[in-house]
Amino acid sequence: MTDDTTRGDVRLTGIGKTYGSFTAVHPLDLTIPEGSFFALLGASGCGKTTTLRMIAGLEEPTSGTVHLGAQDVTALPPYKRPVNTVFQSYALFPHLDIHENVAFGLRRRGIKSVKKQVGEMLDLVQLGDKAKHKPHQLSGGQQQRVAVARALINHPRVLLLDEPLGALDLKLRRQMQLELKRIQTEVGITFVHVTHDQEEAMTMADQVAVMNAGRVEQLGAPADLYENPGTTFVANFLGTSNLIEAEIAGQDGDTLTLKAGDGKLVLPAARCSAPTSTGGKVLVGIRPEKISLAHADDAGEIPTGRNRLTGRVTATSFIGVSTQYVIDSPVCAGLEVYVQNVERDGRLAPGAEVVLHWNPEHTFGLDAAQAIDAGVETVETDAKEEATS
Amino acid sequence: MTTLTEAPPAAPAPQTPAKAPRRRGRLTPYWLLLPGILWLLVFFALPMLYQASTSVQTGSLEAGYKVTWHFATYWDALAEYWPQFLTSILYAGLATLFCLLLGYPLAYLIAFRAGRWRNLVLILVIAPFFTSFLIRTLAWKTILADGGPVVGVLNSLHVLDVTSWLGMTEGDRILATPLAVVCGLTYNFLPFMILPLYTSLERIDPRLHEAAGDLYARPATTFRRITFPLSMPGVVSGTLLTFIPASGDYVNAQLLGSTSEKMVGNVIQSQFLTVLDYPTAAALSFILMAAILLMVTFYIRKSGTEDLV
Repeated sequence: MTDDTTRGDVRLTGIGKTYGSFTAVHPLDLTIPEGSFFALLGASGCGKTTTLRMIAGLEEPTSGTVHLGAQDVTALPPYKRPVNTVFQSYALFPHLDIHENVAFGLRRRGIKSVKKQVGEMLDLVQLGDKAKHKPHQLSGGQQQRVAVARALINHPRVLLLDEPLGALDLKLRRQMQLELKRIQTEVGITFVHVTHDQEEAMTMADQVAVMNAGRVEQLGAPADLYENPGTTFVANFLGTSNLIEAEIAGQDGDTLTLKAGDGKLVLPAARCSAPTSTGGKVLVGIRPEKISLAHADDAGEIPTGRNRLTGRVTATSFIGVSTQYVIDSPVCAGLEVYVQNVERDGRLAPGAEVVLHWNPEHTFGLDAAQAIDAGVETVETDAKEEATS
Repeated sequence: MTTLTEAPPAAPAPQTPAKAPRRRGRLTPYWLLLPGILWLLVFFALPMLYQASTSVQTGSLEAGYKVTWHFATYWDALAEYWPQFLTSILYAGLATLFCLLLGYPLAYLIAFRAGRWRNLVLILVIAPFFTSFLIRTLAWKTILADGGPVVGVLNSLHVLDVTSWLGMTEGDRILATPLAVVCGLTYNFLPFMILPLYTSLERIDPRLHEAAGDLYARPATTFRRITFPLSMPGVVSGTLLTFIPASGDYVNAQLLGSTSEKMVGNVIQSQFLTVLDYPTAAALSFILMAAILLMVTFYIRKSGTEDLV
């Protein structure tokens, strides 16, 4: 709109929040581009909601500033900020009907004739026929859409969504994700979406900031974050990663040669976020679906130039489209491999000796100084949740 | 939700239970109701009937009373004591208003701002009940005594000039004036206002305040549009719990007022216990009851609380 210096619609500068001795959000800088769908992703208690509430003005930052475009809004109370929030529990006014709930913001700004606008907004969220209902007469998904309509009708500069789909069941959640994405594309307003669901963040957002313990771990487009995680937390929190401890043996142009046990692995230097000096320790990461499996008897057929590890299958589970293998390798126990069920090799049963191989381009390197299992637990609970659907 | 409706029928539909236990089960609620019904019958319905019959009796203490369907007692009682009825409604109304004005901010504070002090403050609200009603009311005689600190302060602030212009006090004294009676009523019934207000305020999701603020409502607007409407059930039950007993009260008027501040409760008491004119006393009781019922019905209709969730 009127931005001169930066193109960011929301700019957080050194913003932090402490409660007594507890630091909810460490001072962080964040620029959210105009018109983007931006997700703050993290486990509960990571500071993502506090960050959102500081943008809304519902929480006063201990340090730093909040800019909306060129305007510094840090000192403004919520009712003077051109942002609106969709609350986790929707927070619809129970004594007002849907029409009045949606009209609330317009009326507060002194707009008298709201009927047409409210009607259009209710049509946008496909609730045109529910105007005279009270919130408690609506289903969870409908209430959620009212909450979105109530916020969007004010044409906020930024729409803040605080776990808006958290209370919905899985199927409805998928539907609402597409719905929200559609609305965002239609109205072109900047959306800032807080969620703990990595899949939700990845399907909806253009940009994702992964938060952990009050800090932004990594910021980027979903595919970038997934393909090239910068920390073990991101590697484990977004999907699943195999992390193997290795030592840098040398550098050859753009590629690093690593020693993992007796094996040799190759890693593009650009994909290593750790210091690349020879002799340094790194964690080598590879996503389970990037790995191919060959029975030990067929090891000779593997093309050269691929990273290889040997191992023994300890468990398999058949999921329909793919089969998941757990493989113990001398360099790392419990490696996970997902193989698409195109041509299933019947020999790959528990106990079989196998060779894992993959294109070195998919390998990423992480600093070995961090906890190797950061962010793991959350992924497991999420996976369980997904599996029940 | 969706998952529920789509779940396959896991177990076959439960069989209709055998007839015998079901019939016994159907009677259980009535057995549970029986003690309450008996209690109401013996201690409420029968005395009411007895009072109703007393109110239409004629006769004298010496000759005994007989039911003669003498409804004129009602008209005579109303004609003679209508000023006391008005006084009762006025005093109870004022006391209710003061209770609301004093109690609402306190209840709001307890519900939203007290934090970990909440329970302590609630106990303090109820604490006066640990002392006898009479002793507390008598204490107000000392508080409002002539030449006491309360009278002194209010006098120097010229508050008493205003109240005496309004006819609530006389000269520079508070005791034995309408104001004293209203003060006593307000004090004694304040907890009955605070507790229902607190209950309904406490049920309001604080996120609704945040949502209103987020939708451009200033704090005052949030209160007017969100908090107050949602606390209406508490306001209605609090005012009823204050107004109804206050309008029938006679202790405050007797201890803190003078003979000219008689409320209808004092009249009923003296008719029953001093004058021993039972029919008039019974008739006055029924008139008071009918008046209160009428006002309450009108009030509930007006405030439209049945619309609230």
